[in-house]
Amino acid sequence: LSQTVEHGFPHQPSALGYSPFLRLMAIGTRSGAIKLYGAPGVEFMGLHEENNTVMQIHFIPDQCQLVTLLDDNSLHLWSLKQHGGASELREEHRFTLKGPPGSPPSATQITAVLPHSSREVLYLGTESGNIFVVELPSFQVLEDRTITSEAVLQRVPEDNCSRRSCELVEALREHPKNPDQILIGYSRGLIVLWDLQNNKATHHFLGSQQLENLYWQRDGSKFISCHYDGSYTQWPVSSDNRQPEPLENTVPYGPFPCKAISKIYWQTTKNGLPYIIFQGGMPRASYGDRHSISVIHGSQQTAFDFTSRVIDFFIIFSSEPTAEFDDPSAMVVLAEEELVVIDLKTAGWPAVHPPYLASLHCSAITCSHHVSNIPLKLWERIISAGSKQNIHYSSMPWPIDGGTNIAPDPPQRDLLLTGHEDGTVRFWDASGVCLHLLYKLSTVRVFLTDADPNDNMNTLGEDEWPPLRKVGTFDPYSDDPRLGIQKIYLCKYSGYLAVAGTAGQVLVMELNDEDAEHVVDHAEADLLQDQEGYRWKGHEKLKTRDGPVRFEAGFQPFVLVQCQPPAVVTSLALHSEWKLVAFGTSHGFGLFDHQQKRLVFVKCTLHPSDQLALEGPLSRVKSLKKSLRQSFRRIRRSRVSSRKRRGGGGNASEVQEANAKFDQDTLQEMELAPVQRKIEARSAEDSFTGFVRTLYFADTFLRDSSRHCPSLWAGTNGGTVYAFCLRVPPAERRMDEPVRAEQAKEIQLMHRAPVVGILVLDGRSTPLPEPLEVAHDLSKSPDMQGSHQLLVVSEEQFKVFTLPKVSSKLKLKLTALEGCRVRKVTVANFGSCKTDDYSENDLAVLTNLGDIQIISLPFLKLQTRYPCIRKEDVSGIASCVFTKYGQGFYLISPSEFERFSLSAKWLVEPRCIVDVPEVTSNNHVHNKSGMENAARKSRFFSYSFLERKSGRLMEHALLNDEKVLKEIQSTLEGDR
Amino acid sequence: EFRRFSLERSKPGRFEEFYGLLQHVHKIPNVEVLVGYTDIHGDLLPINNDDNYHKAVSTANPLLRIFIQRKEDADYSAFGTDTLTRKKNVLSNVLRPDNHKKKPHIVISMPQDFRPVSSIIDVDILPETHRRVRLYKYGTDKPLGFYIRDGSSVRVTPHGLEKVPGIFISRLVPGGLAQSTGLLAVNDEVLEVNGIEVSGKSLDQVTDMMIANSRNLIITVRPANQRNNVVRNSRTSGSSGQSTESSLPSSTPNTLGSLLQGEEESDEEDIVIEESGEPQHIPKAAPSSDSIESLSQMELLHEPTQNGFLPSTEMNSNHSAGSISMEFEGPEPGRKSLEEDGTIITL
Repeated sequence: LSQTVEHGFPHQPSALGYSPFLRLMAIGTRSGAIKLYGAPGVEFMGLHEENNTVMQIHFIPDQCQLVTLLDDNSLHLWSLKQHGGASELREEHRFTLKGPPGSPPSATQITAVLPHSSREVLYLGTESGNIFVVELPSFQVLEDRTITSEAVLQRVPEDNCSRRSCELVEALREHPKNPDQILIGYSRGLIVLWDLQNNKATHHFLGSQQLENLYWQRDGSKFISCHYDGSYTQWPVSSDNRQPEPLENTVPYGPFPCKAISKIYWQTTKNGLPYIIFQGGMPRASYGDRHSISVIHGSQQTAFDFTSRVIDFFIIFSSEPTAEFDDPSAMVVLAEEELVVIDLKTAGWPAVHPPYLASLHCSAITCSHHVSNIPLKLWERIISAGSKQNIHYSSMPWPIDGGTNIAPDPPQRDLLLTGHEDGTVRFWDASGVCLHLLYKLSTVRVFLTDADPNDNMNTLGEDEWPPLRKVGTFDPYSDDPRLGIQKIYLCKYSGYLAVAGTAGQVLVMELNDEDAEHVVDHAEADLLQDQEGYRWKGHEKLKTRDGPVRFEAGFQPFVLVQCQPPAVVTSLALHSEWKLVAFGTSHGFGLFDHQQKRLVFVKCTLHPSDQLALEGPLSRVKSLKKSLRQSFRRIRRSRVSSRKRRGGGGNASEVQEANAKFDQDTLQEMELAPVQRKIEARSAEDSFTGFVRTLYFADTFLRDSSRHCPSLWAGTNGGTVYAFCLRVPPAERRMDEPVRAEQAKEIQLMHRAPVVGILVLDGRSTPLPEPLEVAHDLSKSPDMQGSHQLLVVSEEQFKVFTLPKVSSKLKLKLTALEGCRVRKVTVANFGSCKTDDYSENDLAVLTNLGDIQIISLPFLKLQTRYPCIRKEDVSGIASCVFTKYGQGFYLISPSEFERFSLSAKWLVEPRCIVDVPEVTSNNHVHNKSGMENAARKSRFFSYSFLERKSGRLMEHALLNDEKVLKEIQSTLEGDR
Repeated sequence: EFRRFSLERSKPGRFEEFYGLLQHVHKIPNVEVLVGYTDIHGDLLPINNDDNYHKAVSTANPLLRIFIQRKEDADYSAFGTDTLTRKKNVLSNVLRPDNHKKKPHIVISMPQDFRPVSSIIDVDILPETHRRVRLYKYGTDKPLGFYIRDGSSVRVTPHGLEKVPGIFISRLVPGGLAQSTGLLAVNDEVLEVNGIEVSGKSLDQVTDMMIANSRNLIITVRPANQRNNVVRNSRTSGSSGQSTESSLPSSTPNTLGSLLQGEEESDEEDIVIEESGEPQHIPKAAPSSDSIESLSQMELLHEPTQNGFLPSTEMNSNHSAGSISMEFEGPEPGRKSLEEDGTIITL
């Protein structure tokens, strides 16, 4: 088992960094993870041992190195090193700044980090106002170079400043042209330009407001400061005035009190109009709760309004030292729940569609379904449907494009479908390392919901102030939980898609490349049949729209079946060849003929005593959820976003501490009253025995061994298996004769554990192929000569029975021997990585302990077992989905899928090289050695690249001639 | 009424035959009776199976006093030890049961009407400090009725005493199977479930294992109260020390596991309802030559005699029915330990 890559958006991001040199972005999280992203497919991940929140990330200029600051005040140096042909992210050093004995912790509490362009030292601003200098990469403190607040105060006229004005270093910025000068911003508003060579302050600037951040103009003649009161100020730097007055002081969203501007950029352009980009500054009373970043360019001004708190942002601009102007091209914003990139080059500043870091949880994921090896035709049609949805995105190529992806092309096209709480299904390209959204399908249009589609925060008038514009897709607030998607089944050959939801709705769709307006056929399936005296206390069924509905290109529903009572659909199966769809709830199951649009039969599986299922206990949970959702909304509206604060002290950390203490106390209390578990045999009277867990179509020998026929199998929570014999008319009379069904068998497992899987093995003990698989020549036709076997997987046991006469043949008791239960099971095909012609089918099983076991077919022997998911991670285990070729996905957070592989043959993992780009020219003093270093590295990397890709070409290439190498490389890359 | 007759002491025959003989000599062929005798201490003891019948015959010196009571008006309290000291005259008690009619007694039926609900097994291979208890659930409605919890116990290890996590019985449901056996108690440490050690397993895992095995649950416990341990004759008394406590021979759990698994087959047959609508047990498919299950089935048949637990109902009736036909059929492999002597009854 190898856990290969994490897809999606990091949970609880806490810091952002960017290297214009490497063109790589780094994201740190509250759990101490650090993730680097470059060109699609280029990603690296590291984890701090301490699992502490990453507070700041700084790349060392022109190096493959970065420094992280954690909330325990430790610094960590990471570097990208080449190993085995690919780059790897490794932690090199760690360091905690120590003050003299007896000094308060604030003396060394780091608030600002400045990696100097010399790459030799880091400047560390602290809460005490002192600035320490540490050498890289050793983290040796250079004590003689420490800039103490006393030293600064001595060189500032005393009448303007008190001791306290040098407390807490808020910002450190190196002069863009002169590496010997750094700008120091203290929290109380004092800004000092410090000369490192002569160890003195050359200028000082007296701000009246509490300082938040600083930014240099490109030529170093001016800088800009932003403040707590929502204002920003421009300051001139000239040699004649040592204590200049501000050029301009603006409160962009005044005159009423505004929130702090926490970060600001000043970007010059060729046409002279600068871009001023800042975070925050909204009027406190009416827009204080917005998470905004404003972009001002001449007369254009937009306040991008994000769906969640902004963690940090950066601007991608021309980093060539020779370039005269910044010419910003894109703004990259890391919000708490998503990454948003704005194209600043294109008029209207559209968003760029990110190739990775997709917010999987923009509405909570309720289910997922994986389809391997999609035929090219279907793939293209889905992509074309999706491209029509993405027209509002910018066409700009992805601006963060560092590194080279050297992983082999994915062997096949795989789709991951996720169902969401808001009634949408998202289609993800899961073939490679980047989980990329291809297409989004919404089922909402079929229904009438309370939510008014026009209730959109985007519809602000032209002259609205502030000029807010909503960006991002994260919207966890579903207005009608009944719309939630619970089961998905896609037939990759026919393009039929069945989707089932929370309120018993089952939709059958087909792919249409054009927009269309049509009526959705509607049927109702009464699963209680003639059971009397039952009352459903759960939610009502969804109201349908009358008349034709307009659907955009893509999957368009043509049949809607609504179960009655409208309980959650718990199982779904679609047979695209027979044109049948089967669905089950906690009350029973039904079969619908979507060709003739006729209900074939329903079967009630309820036990007479199963009162709980009838009253719909889930409804209570749902309504609680809804009220929670509403209160969250209220909180969100009223909450004044808490001010970002670094390090100790402050109200927030006190609250946190109190919370932690409370948690500990409750934990201790829990330990006092130990958990008990009742030991009781399951009886037939247990509730939810009728809950249909699995449905399966098979063409097998159900009645006698001479004739096989279509059949439908259903397994319940109470350990019952029903088998129905189906009569499907031949294709030419398919519309004329009805499909008939007759119950042929009912098997009651005496251990009464829920049936989680049913499978028929053919005469060669191979699982029956999927519908249409044989017709498309993608599978051998099943052996209909030998005797078939039925495999029933319950949560506790695996059992093989003979068919058509049911007699037990083999069994494997999992729970009785190991105490674990089956949570997910699937047949996986394992190919040999040595020879192409050998592969075998096994059962891949995920247990409630998070273990993955491989069990052989048909002899049910345990082959191997791996721990995969933590057993406490219930939602991770519940979300796990296996692929047909021994890979799988599970949610490690609401927004991230971990991908794992059980197969030695199919392995999708990032493999990439970060090449150090050549520094064409530079005006830095200390750059000489670094440049040589970079050149050497770059040659080394190209060498290894070639060696991997084409050993034969190498022999003819002149190793030392870089020009030749480059030519070869470019042709190779062109080919790929 | 008194009757006197003779029996051959060396060949007393079977209890069933003796019982028939009693009914015959008293001319009460269809009356259910309780049979008792006075042993050398003067205690009134019941005769209701071959074992105590043979024991009774062997104590005759030379006379054996047998008391017969009608089942419906029998006084059960007359049986038992200390009957001599409690009541001066056993005979008077039996003959004048009215004396004790004050407190109504629970009517207990004959052993053949019983089904074992629990047994202590494997006494010979377990350390004295451990107890392996088998709970028979069958299809009864009676709940297993106990709860387990996490806890910690102290173990003797090479490094001295060590605290290790363990699973303990936390509560017995009043009237439940576990309580009614009297073999399990609160704070007993659970060591194994059906031959599988629970150490290293979580509370939920152990719960699931017990429930999955609930039809035939065998739990090995270290009783919290160590004063009722079985003391084996082979050992010197008081040797139930630390040495035995360490662990079982490693082979036992495995053999036990396979034994139990095989045994369980019989009572856990799934049911299939075919089109006829009649539920029936699912038969076993003809086992392939290398089936392990058939092996374990063989081992199983030896088990009752090894462990000496009370035979189940079916076994019991088999034995009694088999006794007559035994001579013709010859000994069956599974019954080799049963009495095979012929029956001679002398009047």
